[in-house]
Amino acid sequence: MKALFTRPRSLTSNVMIYCPGCGHGLVHRLVAEVIDELGLRERTIGVAPVGCAVLAYNYWNFDVTEAAHGRPPAVATGIKRVLPDRLVFTYQGDGDLAAIGTAEIIHAAARGEKISVIFVNNAVYGMTRGQMAPTTPLGLKTTTTPSGRDPDLHGYPIRVCELLTSLEGVCYLERVAVDSVPGILKARQAIRKTFTYQLENRGFSLVELLCSCPTNWKMTPSQAMKWIGQEMVKWFPPGVYKDVDSTNQG
Amino acid sequence: MKIIVDPERCKGCQLCLENCPNQVFQLSSAFNLSGYHYVEVVAEERCSGCRRCVIICPDVAIELYQEKKKKAVPTKGEK
Amino acid sequence: MKSLLLNGCEAAAEAAIAAGCRFYAGYPITPQNRFPEYMSFRLPQSGGVFLQAESELAAINMVFGAAAAGARALTSSSSPGISLKQEGISYLAGCELPAVIINMNRAGPGLGDVTPSQSDYFQSTRGGGHGDYRTIVLAPWSVQEIYDFTYLAFDLADRYRNPVLILSDGMVAQLLEPVHPRNGMKKLPQKKWALTGCRGRKPNSIKSLFLTPGVLETHNWKLARKYERMEKREVRWESYLCEKMELLIVSFGICARIAREAMEQARREGLRVGLFRPITLWPFPYRQLKSCLEKVSKVLVVELNLGQMLDDVKIASGGHSRIFFYGRPGGGVPTPEEILKEIKKK
Repeated sequence: MKALFTRPRSLTSNVMIYCPGCGHGLVHRLVAEVIDELGLRERTIGVAPVGCAVLAYNYWNFDVTEAAHGRPPAVATGIKRVLPDRLVFTYQGDGDLAAIGTAEIIHAAARGEKISVIFVNNAVYGMTRGQMAPTTPLGLKTTTTPSGRDPDLHGYPIRVCELLTSLEGVCYLERVAVDSVPGILKARQAIRKTFTYQLENRGFSLVELLCSCPTNWKMTPSQAMKWIGQEMVKWFPPGVYKDVDSTNQG
Repeated sequence: MKIIVDPERCKGCQLCLENCPNQVFQLSSAFNLSGYHYVEVVAEERCSGCRRCVIICPDVAIELYQEKKKKAVPTKGEK
Repeated sequence: MKSLLLNGCEAAAEAAIAAGCRFYAGYPITPQNRFPEYMSFRLPQSGGVFLQAESELAAINMVFGAAAAGARALTSSSSPGISLKQEGISYLAGCELPAVIINMNRAGPGLGDVTPSQSDYFQSTRGGGHGDYRTIVLAPWSVQEIYDFTYLAFDLADRYRNPVLILSDGMVAQLLEPVHPRNGMKKLPQKKWALTGCRGRKPNSIKSLFLTPGVLETHNWKLARKYERMEKREVRWESYLCEKMELLIVSFGICARIAREAMEQARREGLRVGLFRPITLWPFPYRQLKSCLEKVSKVLVVELNLGQMLDDVKIASGGHSRIFFYGRPGGGVPTPEEILKEIKKK
């Protein structure tokens, strides 16, 4: 029997704790698949965030450390500077990366730190029960914006890829909607590119993945996937925002 | 095709079921140990091996195998 | 090896390099700016990495990363910056990562000023960040000692897989004194737990999160046993002329050095005064101090704060000593004569 799909070696057999239809499981698997493809499992060090993905070290079958909330880019900097020939990546949610860890991500990018950032944007604080995130679209009801996000009261969502484009240390930025089979395949390509660029010492790179949080969006997994493609992309347009190899930069 | 759904990994999100073009899956009426209705394979013979289910499954609950061994075709020059 | 003329920042930096430190991250803050400046050229010369971080938070977390990757790592700062680092120190303790943190204590609270102080005693000896943890705290009183203690701190950090603090102050940071350096580093310990890529072994993980009921308590008990071992083995102190005395001064760090001068003046005037100096502020030398306290009727605690180590002296005495306190908060530094005056009052 020829295997068309089995669990990647870089994933453990542990059942992930995420809710049904959660985007984290998908992205964990994509990261693992790419690491397997590139043959990097024994050279990889991951940095897990605080948030739903805090237990990522239980699911990835390579070296992983936790980091304080928002600090993964600083922790990854310490690791990468000490072990420059390893693949070092952070895995961060929107609260971790774009709220409490804003300084760390911007300065890691500005330094051109040779790390990869897997940024999961699901528009809410998932683990703490769906409060407003820095990436919550206007109008969206969350547990701390019960009447919907109002710009007068809560400000505007942060678009991370757009924000980072001006920094010279950044070699690659792409946003992908993880809302369908083609979206997932595209996300895998983007993850592969961020890892490849790191191995080529090109600088800092980040992939923003628009992912579903059916539980806190109060949708079925299928509705949540559709909402990414229909609503979330209006606020966070997918595309390549920077690519040192491309003339078509955003 | 051989499709194996691990009922203990499956959380019944049904993304596979909705993305399958050939109605291979259905939701079981039984529960797994975590309390989820899980997806089961009802029409394996209809599977075309398109891999949509394994690509979209967030929980790595499905494994897909090709039963008949195809004769190796040289792919030189092809990307 | 010939002596070097260094200030406290430079001495600690040289000691770190001699001890095999290969990573430093810090953020500028007076009175220890010489530290990052000196490291910025000395550490790369020794094959290490110097990073000026965007914040104290980033600096301590870069140290966390370097330590997780198995390197001997260091950060330095002064009081307001050390407050910001407390989150990271708590994570280092929870994750059992070795690192050295040097605090050139300046006066607070708040922004305070840049003059020497010992006002971070509580913060240093009582954990500082959140959670139930301890760090070894070494208090040097000279440039030679900040050299020796920094060198030692890396060994202690690795031995216990725990952060180690040097509680120094703005005066030792800027004192210029001769230092006898040590020879280059011996063999560094193997760190099988470090994250280096899982070639030929099972993956390692570093974490302080334990969600399964009871597991975090077990982890805390394991840490508690480690802290007990530190209390048994790592207590350091010094005593001077603690026989046949009428009054015992208890003081630490630079303040103890001033107090020793006061003690010598008092002795010259025929007053029988001794001095007890805790070197490790945690673990505190309770037992050793107690046996000194038993030989004396009056005790004078002298600190550059409102009375923080005073609490530990009271714990050591168990309520059996007459304890007086002379403290100078907010950057005030007493002269030996001022301390002598206090001695004579008692």
